[in-house]
Amino acid sequence: MTTTVKTVAIASAFAAAFAGTTATTAEAASKEKCYGVSLAGQNDCAAGPGTTCAGTSVTDYQGNAWTLVDSGTCDSIELPSMADGTERKGSLEPLERDLPA
Amino acid sequence: MLDRSPRFDQLPAMPGIGYKPQHFADIMEDARPVTWLEIHAENYMGDGGRPLAQLRALSERFPISVHGVGLSIGGAGALDTEHLARLKHLCGWLQPASFSEHLAWSTHGAEFLNDLLPLPYTDATLARVAAHIDQVQDTLGRKMLLENPSSYLAFAESTWEETEFLAELTRRTGCGLLLDINNVFISATNLGTSPQAYIDAYPLDAVGEIHLGGHDEDEDSEGRPLLIDSHGREIADPVWALLDYTLARCGAKPVLVEWDTDVPDWPVLAAEACRAATALDRIAAAQ
Amino acid sequence: MTDQTEFRAALLDARQPVPDGLLDGHGGGAGKRFSVYRNNVAVSLTEALQTGFPVLRKLLGLGNFDQLAGLYLRAHPPASPLMMHYGAQMPAFLEGFAPLQHIGYLPDIARLELAIRASYHAADADPMDAAKLAAIPAETLSTARLQFAPALKLVRSPWPLFDIWRFNSEAGAPKPQAVPQPVLITRPEFDPIPAPLTLAEAECLAALLEGVRLDHALAAATGPLDLTDLLSRLVRGQAITDIQT
Repeated sequence: MTTTVKTVAIASAFAAAFAGTTATTAEAASKEKCYGVSLAGQNDCAAGPGTTCAGTSVTDYQGNAWTLVDSGTCDSIELPSMADGTERKGSLEPLERDLPA
Repeated sequence: MLDRSPRFDQLPAMPGIGYKPQHFADIMEDARPVTWLEIHAENYMGDGGRPLAQLRALSERFPISVHGVGLSIGGAGALDTEHLARLKHLCGWLQPASFSEHLAWSTHGAEFLNDLLPLPYTDATLARVAAHIDQVQDTLGRKMLLENPSSYLAFAESTWEETEFLAELTRRTGCGLLLDINNVFISATNLGTSPQAYIDAYPLDAVGEIHLGGHDEDEDSEGRPLLIDSHGREIADPVWALLDYTLARCGAKPVLVEWDTDVPDWPVLAAEACRAATALDRIAAAQ
Repeated sequence: MTDQTEFRAALLDARQPVPDGLLDGHGGGAGKRFSVYRNNVAVSLTEALQTGFPVLRKLLGLGNFDQLAGLYLRAHPPASPLMMHYGAQMPAFLEGFAPLQHIGYLPDIARLELAIRASYHAADADPMDAAKLAAIPAETLSTARLQFAPALKLVRSPWPLFDIWRFNSEAGAPKPQAVPQPVLITRPEFDPIPAPLTLAEAECLAALLEGVRLDHALAAATGPLDLTDLLSRLVRGQAITDIQT
């Protein structure tokens, strides 16, 4: 492509992309549409439920031990010959030895 | 954004609600009986987008109370001046009717622990908290309200009653108080004291706002009741009774319903606010 | 004396004893009551991670994710009181987490979820319109530099990132195909919208985001690229705020 042709092509790409656009100001935002993003990491002043579970578990959090407790959708995602050419089936695998923290 | 003069310079002595984004459309359509809203400051410290657009729209119609949950006024270290600057920016453009924070700590060094952690009531704590309140009020150029905590334990080293501690803070700093009646009931139950006696000893003249909220019931290792400040259900009957007891002594105040977890649809919150309105009406009729 | 350093150490590590000097109000020590605070911190941070990384959570499974969250929150407590930004170290944490290293796309999924959040909270910006374009001499466009809305985010990835995200976000979405899919995020109003890009489009857009001239940015693309299509998507996403010639 010559420089002139390229310049014309770029100008027409812009013209097509901006066709019909007018200055707008977004309205104030009533409805959340997707993914619950607005609720991500909200600060509040509520206490968690009760006195047990996540806060007091000693065994779960030592030495990066990893035990499978359920399964996720990655078990059903198969990506053969991806990035580095190796076959990858993204299944979760248990790892019950302690790793260096 | 340019600073503007406050549209609403104080909270009305009527029911308010802790604002949740999922209720935006309901509130804009018909907020009755709610007449003012409280937001958690930290959720409106992003750069833009829907949270700020909603807050701008709401602030045109409702008095707003900015309630901080992250300043760590009771922290052993210095206040986070970056965070204080964010608060100043928010209060600057929003010009809220009220600003409040907690008698608690939540930051340690560079870490934010996302919980309101308890303080021993000693002379040293008093001096530190008073200095921090002075710094906040000087920076924001406004009076702040300080909220009493919900307590799950007590400190052996405490030498002040909480009510006296709060009263002394108002004397030293000129700050006002946010009286959380659910917290009073939780602390009294958990520590085996009388919630009415707490109200009797509390400096009610300094109250600028009252909080109500729901709590969960658990028990400690001795099988004694341990109430948890979950804000995830209806306000308990004894807390409503304690509201009546309090209002009879201090008169009508702005009363806020807090519901932060398992947030219900708007009508459930409006019904709680109606109950607060009824309590306020009773006081007005009696006076 | 119970100082805050000691209190904090016991909060995030249940092996540490409950600090001395804490009472139950009934003549005994605080004991289990201290666990209320331990629980509040761990639960509230876990919940912040759950809501911030919904796709990562689905990929791993709810229980597995909570286990990961327990490790993460102790390794990386929040560094700021703004919970909207919590979780920034998750991609690096996943990269260094041996039990999940064989699932290569997880760090990029975490990057994408962080980018969606960042887009949601980004500063507002007025998009450019056709009238403003008309005022720019057409022959200067090829060497122009574009300015973008802060809500525009580009997440580059060698994985089918968009397909993996959609498979876990929309009911009935197809299974991911084995093609590299960088993701473009635009926020035409208030909701961030992820969309797939080709590698060439991502290369060009990355250059534009760095402030490179348009003709040079086009040359940065290693494959064929439909400029009209890319520009149209950016315009529809209200992502272009200015053109500087």
